[in-house]
Formats: sequence, structure tokens, C-alpha cells
Amino acid sequence: MRQTLASVASVPLTLFGLILVTFLIGRAMPIDPVIAIAGDHAPPDVIARVRTELGLDKPLPVQFAIYMGQLLHGNLGNSVMTSHPVTEDIARFFPATLELATVAIIIAILVGVPLGVIAAWRQGSRFDHVVRVVSLAGQSVPVFVLGLVCLLVFYAKLGIAPGTGQIDVAYEGMVPPITGMLVLDAALEGDWDSFWNAGSHLVLPSLVLAYFSMAYITRMTRAFMIESLAGEYIVTARAKGLSATRILWRHAFGNIAVRLVTVLALAYAGLLEGAVITETVFSWPGIGLYLTGSLLNADMNAVLGATLVIGLVYLVLNLLADLAYRLLDPRVR
Amino acid sequence: MLVEIQNLRVQFPTATGLSDAVRNVSLTLGQEKLGIVGESGSGKSLTARSIMRLLPGNARISADRLAFDGIDLLGADEATLRKIRGGRAGLIMQDPKYSLNPVMTAGAQIAEAWRVHRGGSRRTADKAALDLLTQVQIRDPERVARAYPHELSGGMGQRVMIAMMLAPDPELLIADEPTSALDATVQAEILRLIEDLVSRRGMGLILISHDLPLVSHFCDRVAVMYAGRIVEELAANELTRAKHPYTRGLLECLPSLTHPRPRLKVMQRDPSWLT
Repeated sequence: MRQTLASVASVPLTLFGLILVTFLIGRAMPIDPVIAIAGDHAPPDVIARVRTELGLDKPLPVQFAIYMGQLLHGNLGNSVMTSHPVTEDIARFFPATLELATVAIIIAILVGVPLGVIAAWRQGSRFDHVVRVVSLAGQSVPVFVLGLVCLLVFYAKLGIAPGTGQIDVAYEGMVPPITGMLVLDAALEGDWDSFWNAGSHLVLPSLVLAYFSMAYITRMTRAFMIESLAGEYIVTARAKGLSATRILWRHAFGNIAVRLVTVLALAYAGLLEGAVITETVFSWPGIGLYLTGSLLNADMNAVLGATLVIGLVYLVLNLLADLAYRLLDPRVR
Repeated sequence: MLVEIQNLRVQFPTATGLSDAVRNVSLTLGQEKLGIVGESGSGKSLTARSIMRLLPGNARISADRLAFDGIDLLGADEATLRKIRGGRAGLIMQDPKYSLNPVMTAGAQIAEAWRVHRGGSRRTADKAALDLLTQVQIRDPERVARAYPHELSGGMGQRVMIAMMLAPDPELLIADEPTSALDATVQAEILRLIEDLVSRRGMGLILISHDLPLVSHFCDRVAVMYAGRIVEELAANELTRAKHPYTRGLLECLPSLTHPRPRLKVMQRDPSWLT
């Protein structure tokens, strides 16, 4: 119980560190946000005025204090690029990422965990070798290469997959946003044309992301299972005359389930954050695309805001995994 | 005969070819208590586990005959083996800390052994588990049944292990160094418990140990193994009349309270024992 409280209490502290570091990196960047707003050829008095308006003429600690103050009021400042409050932007972009990452992690778990378990059970077999090569490739091939190749093959050559974006242009704006996740919103609205269209747009990017994640999940599951299957309690289970299925799932897998939860939570968090490249390749209007756009435009408020959201997601998932660990493992309960 | 072994051979692949771990071992066992003694790596565990076909995956096993109650174990299919494992022959291992499943309660593990061989509802099995825990002389079976292995002491864990292996009422019990991981006082209790249960149920017992005096005190017959072979087999009460120099050597390097010696003997190994 005390450890649980301790891990909950560590969240704000970690968050503060994250804010501080991101803030400092943002201010240390060799890009001047003032010029980004006022333009390259603005007269010096305009530049000075913009600098004062942005509060950039004040000393760094004061700037940080002001930023923290705003943050505590839920204000992340305005985005220069979109001229909306950053919070509004994030609320619009984040659901798309959530949708993509959630579909991807579900696929990755449903495929990756059984693959890892069976590969460990048949260690050294041909099946195991294939699984190992496939999962090694998934971790080694850069996501943008895989994404572009998939687009080239399935969209450009074969024409069986839709192109980039979250939905065809013709359907854009047809579904009123409820959760911000298009497929879900379309289903809630009963707009099945939009549902199928948005769903088909989800296939390629989520498969690319899922493959990346699946590779990691498979490798971890396989390694955990090999260790677990070598345990003495497996000899006991065999000596009891249990079936192979029961030994494998109840006894061997039962012992790794807890550790696997942590891996899965981190893989999910990694998808929510690591979708940056995939979203760029597929022009997916998620937080990753927003973050890259803001970075390229020196839109520091937006960069800080997006980084914070991603960091928060990581922290929360980590915390949940930690709590699940305590709940599921009798040894640390 | 409960167990018949003729010319058992267990090999493991190594970088330099197959290496013999058990060679030309022949044994028979009825409803009696057989002790197998020998040092680490002498093949005593492998010999006993061959009877349940519980060798590591890379082991190669061959024998002129390897039978349990007349059933040929080398030709048996998985279904037949599963009926023997746990159902007709139980295995107790050294350290309950590792041999019990850490994420299942003691009660669930015993009930599982019961159900897989006797069927019946979950509730019957849970009740049977409590009864078995009482039989292995646990005073508070309800509490122990709900406990996870890490919450039990070594002696308690070993009682749970025994209860689990006795659940389907087997005819043979293999105890592979059942007390090596326990405190000296608990050791005696566990051995007494095993002895009591084995003789009350009329079971055969194979007790594997490296403790010569303990085995001779406890068993009817003793087989001494060295480098994968049985070098000597004799009635337990005749252990002092052992002929093989290895057995003699083992006996001579034991300290004694009644006849203290200034210096214990060191065994001189003879390469001819290997052939």
C-alpha cells in the first residue's frame, strides 16, 4: 500500500522534471520564435514589441514561473501555427493518435503473444526460426520504410488500400466529432459509409504500427516463456500429468502474465508516442503530425504542450502497469 | 513388479558427441523402499525421472526394457504417460520454493492434481485438497490452502508438495532429495511423514539422496550410483558390509559421534570404477 502511494506520488515529480527539461530545451533552441512570427524582414521595433508580448524579454526563471502558472490553470498558451489554444489543438489531434495506436496494440497483442508463446514452446523448431526472423525484421526495418513500401504496393500499385489521411476527402467533415476517433464516431452516428471509409484508411497505418509493436511483444513473450518453461514448477506440472495446453497456458504463461502487462503497457505508450513517423508518412492528423509540424515552425508552445501530453500518457500507463503488477502478483501484493 | 529397468541409457548431445549420463542401469522395484545414493551428476535423478519420462527435452533415452506395472514406457504414447504421471507415480522434488508454482495458491495446486486424474467438480476437488492437507499433518488446512508458496515455510511447502502428489493415490512415489533444502529438524518430520504415508498406502518408494546413513536407516534396499552406473546394490542393513571401494570410501569419510577420528579419510578415486 505504501509502495503504491509512493508510485502515485512520484508522478507529479516526474511530470515537473519533464516540464522543466522540455521548457529549457525549447528556450535553448537556436530558432527565434519571434522571427517565426514577425518574419525575417520585420523592423527591429516590431521584433522588440513581439518579444515583449511573448514575455521572452524576461529572465528565464520568470518565464518558467509564468509558464507553470498558466499550466496550472490548464492553459498551454496559443499555437502560432494554428492560432488556436494548444489545449484545443491537442484535444482535436490526440484522439486520432489514440484511435490508431489502440487498434495497432490490439492487433499486436492478439498476434504477438501467441506467436511468442508457441515459439518458446517449440524452441529451435522451424516455426521458432521464422518467428524470430519476422520479429527481428519488425524491430530493425524503420517504420517509415515499411510505411512507404506499403503505400507504394497496396495503394499505388495494387490499388486495394486507400491513400493517406484519416478518411477520403469526400467524407471529410461529414461525421460530427464526439470522441474525435473517426471510426468510433461514425459507428455512433450510424453513418456506415463513413465508418467503412475511415476503417479502410486505418488498415495500413495500424498494421505498420502493429508490426513494429508485435515484433517487440513477440520477442519479450518468447524470452519470458523460455525462462518460465525452464522452471522447476513446470517439471512439477508435468509430473502431475497435466496436458501440454494446461502446462503452457496455466503454469508457464500464468507466471509471466504479470511481467507481460508491463511490456504491453510500455508498448502501448510507445505507440502513442512513436506514431510520430507513421503519422507523418500516412498524413494521419494525430499528435505526432502536430508535433512535427510545430517543431518545423518553431511553435514552442505547441511543442511543449504535445510533449507534455505524450509524457503524461507514458507516466499514466507506467503507473497503471505498476498498479496491475501489485494487484496480479501475489509475491509483491 | 512395479518398475522394471534393464540396461537403461540416457545420453546428452554435447559439442564432442553424445555423452553418457546413465549407463547400463538395471533395477526392479516392487512395493518396497529403494534408496538411490550417489554424488551430484551420478545419474540418480535421471534414472528415477526416466520412470516418469520426465527427462529434459534434449536427452536421448534407450533401454532393453523400461516398464511401469508392465506398461512399456518407451513405446507409450503421451496419453498413457499422462495417466502414469501424477496418477500412478508421483514425484517430489528438492526445494518447494522452486517446485511449487509461485502464482497459484497451495490449495489450487493440490485441487488441480486431484481433478486432472479423478475429475469431479471444482468444489469436490477443493474439499479433497483440504482433506489431503490434513493427511500431511497440516494443522490449519484452510489457511494453508489459501496461501501462496512464498508465504509457506520450506517444511510446509514440502508437505503441500507431498499432498499434491498423493492426491490421485499413486502406487509409486519418487522422492528426489526431498529434504535437502530443509532444516535438520524439519527433515526428520518430513521423512517420517513420507514413511508413514508410503507404508499406510502400500506404495513403492524411490528415495534419492546423497545421505548414506539416512537412506540405510529409511529404506529396504540401497543402490549406489557412480558416474552413471550402479556400482553396488545391497540390502540397507548390510550397508556396513559393502564391498565396492566407492561405497566403502563414502562410509569411511563420514564423521561419527561415538568413534571420533582425528582426521577424516579422503576418498581416493580409481579410474577403473568408470568402466
